[in-house]
Amino acid sequence: MSQEILDKVNAKLKEKFESGIEHAELPYDFATFTVSKEKIHEVLSFLKSDPDLNFHFLTDLTGFQTEDEKHLGVIYHLHNMVKNMRIRVKTFFPMSNPEIPSAVDIWAGANWMERETYDFYGVKFKGHPNLKRILNVDEMDIFPLRKEYPLEDQSRDDKSDKMFGR
Amino acid sequence: MAKKENIKKETAKSSGLPEDTIEKELSILNLGPTHPATHGIFQNVLKMDGEIIHEATPTVGYIHRAFEKLAERRPYNQITPITDRLNYCSSPINNMGWHMTVEKLINVQVPKRVEYMRVIIMELARIADHLICNSVIGVDTGAMTGFLYIFQWREKIYDIYESICGARLTTNIGRIGGFEREWSPKTWELIHNFLKEYPKGLKEFSNLLERNTIFMDRTVNCGPISADMALDYGFTGPNLRAAGVDYDVRVATPYSSYQDFEFIIPVGRSGDTYDRFMVRQEEMWQSLKIIEQAIKNMPKDQPFHANVPDFYLPPKEEVYNNMEALIYHFKIVMGESDVPKGEIYHCVEGGNGELGYYLVSDGGRTPYRLHFRRPCFIYYQAYPEMIKGSMLSDAIITMSSMNVIAGELDA
Repeated sequence: MSQEILDKVNAKLKEKFESGIEHAELPYDFATFTVSKEKIHEVLSFLKSDPDLNFHFLTDLTGFQTEDEKHLGVIYHLHNMVKNMRIRVKTFFPMSNPEIPSAVDIWAGANWMERETYDFYGVKFKGHPNLKRILNVDEMDIFPLRKEYPLEDQSRDDKSDKMFGR
Repeated sequence: MAKKENIKKETAKSSGLPEDTIEKELSILNLGPTHPATHGIFQNVLKMDGEIIHEATPTVGYIHRAFEKLAERRPYNQITPITDRLNYCSSPINNMGWHMTVEKLINVQVPKRVEYMRVIIMELARIADHLICNSVIGVDTGAMTGFLYIFQWREKIYDIYESICGARLTTNIGRIGGFEREWSPKTWELIHNFLKEYPKGLKEFSNLLERNTIFMDRTVNCGPISADMALDYGFTGPNLRAAGVDYDVRVATPYSSYQDFEFIIPVGRSGDTYDRFMVRQEEMWQSLKIIEQAIKNMPKDQPFHANVPDFYLPPKEEVYNNMEALIYHFKIVMGESDVPKGEIYHCVEGGNGELGYYLVSDGGRTPYRLHFRRPCFIYYQAYPEMIKGSMLSDAIITMSSMNVIAGELDA
């Protein structure tokens, strides 16, 4: 089933977009596409508006930081409830310029999810009507879910994990 | 400013007074953060014209506890207590959802019996969740009786939790791979008693409210939302079903053997407060039906946990007498069990809708990234639109009928 979804969506995307679809894979049986930042808005609105694919429901939108700590990502989970197809769309961009187009004009529900992503990762969603912090205080000047902000005070040495080699 | 001019013009027109004699402006009302009618810490800055709401700006994050950051430092079995505190009205569903996510990642198939036991406990949690929500709608419309009558049944459900895991509200129930121990005969007795007596209580509650004219006058057409708008805003669960979309994760992507059970997904039509109330009422009846089926068809002679020594604590007598058990015990307690690399999205039907876990593992002992898809957080953003133009008291019951839970909203 998932393989079919992957092939179908992949074929459709390949047909519509010459470039921009960087990767298509099936981790843990879940069709996943990596799309370039430039094409992400077009791809998302195509996925929603295409009558055959009809990914009309935005299940989830969240941020991500790659392990090299140089790139940020945004991960969309889309759902076609009629045919019960789910896909994941990812896009990555360098941390020096964390700006991608907002999806609020495609799904109204993206509004707070994008604000949350901005709040925690500092991803700037271009075209968002009200991009400000949502869960953290407005005065906060860091983006706390980035890996450069470790959970505990790094100057403490009484809670070291070194013993276990991690 | 333009708005103010409009209001002035309209008032002049309707009252027949000359326009320059009218001084009218919108007043600002802070509803919350701690308001007795909102049942939780919610702030809404309302712009009001008399008692009519013109604009609402919700502020969220008052009980934000950084769960996603915390989870990045905790071993997998220590994340279960975090999930308790998301939707604390139905913690077992959150716990089970998390266990299933990890089981999917480490590729473990739990015995059928465990799945059925999970179904029982999840449906009990759903009843407890809906029961609070519906009785609170009653309280907010001025009907305290239903709330007082029905609340004893939540206590009975909590007694069942207590006999299984020792806790009542933040349950931390079950383990990765199954349950911590076999359910005692007392637990089964409590469940049977509940199944026998609860329908009477629920019937009584239905009689009090379902066809009550005063209640219907207050709730019908109050805070409605269309199916299109609900889908656009990412609604799931009873709130989406009240708008007429028959989407239920239990049926769409069955987990924990839900495909074995026969039940109906109730749907509403107008997505107003009354429909949301009725959908939850009917779901409680369906949950009872599911529990009965689960008990009847419960496979016998199967263990209450899967064989996952890396995650499931061995029994104490083995730890003291057996070397391997001691090693596994140490590994689990110190959080040293590694998992494969991977990326997973798993969702369960929580009390409020699709509760999703997006988990990225880099192969270490803690998640690399864990994101909770919290249904409340996503659908609460439609609240300003739903209460626009309605009365303040309608806004209150709209909020309670949406069952916005602060813990889930703020994570």
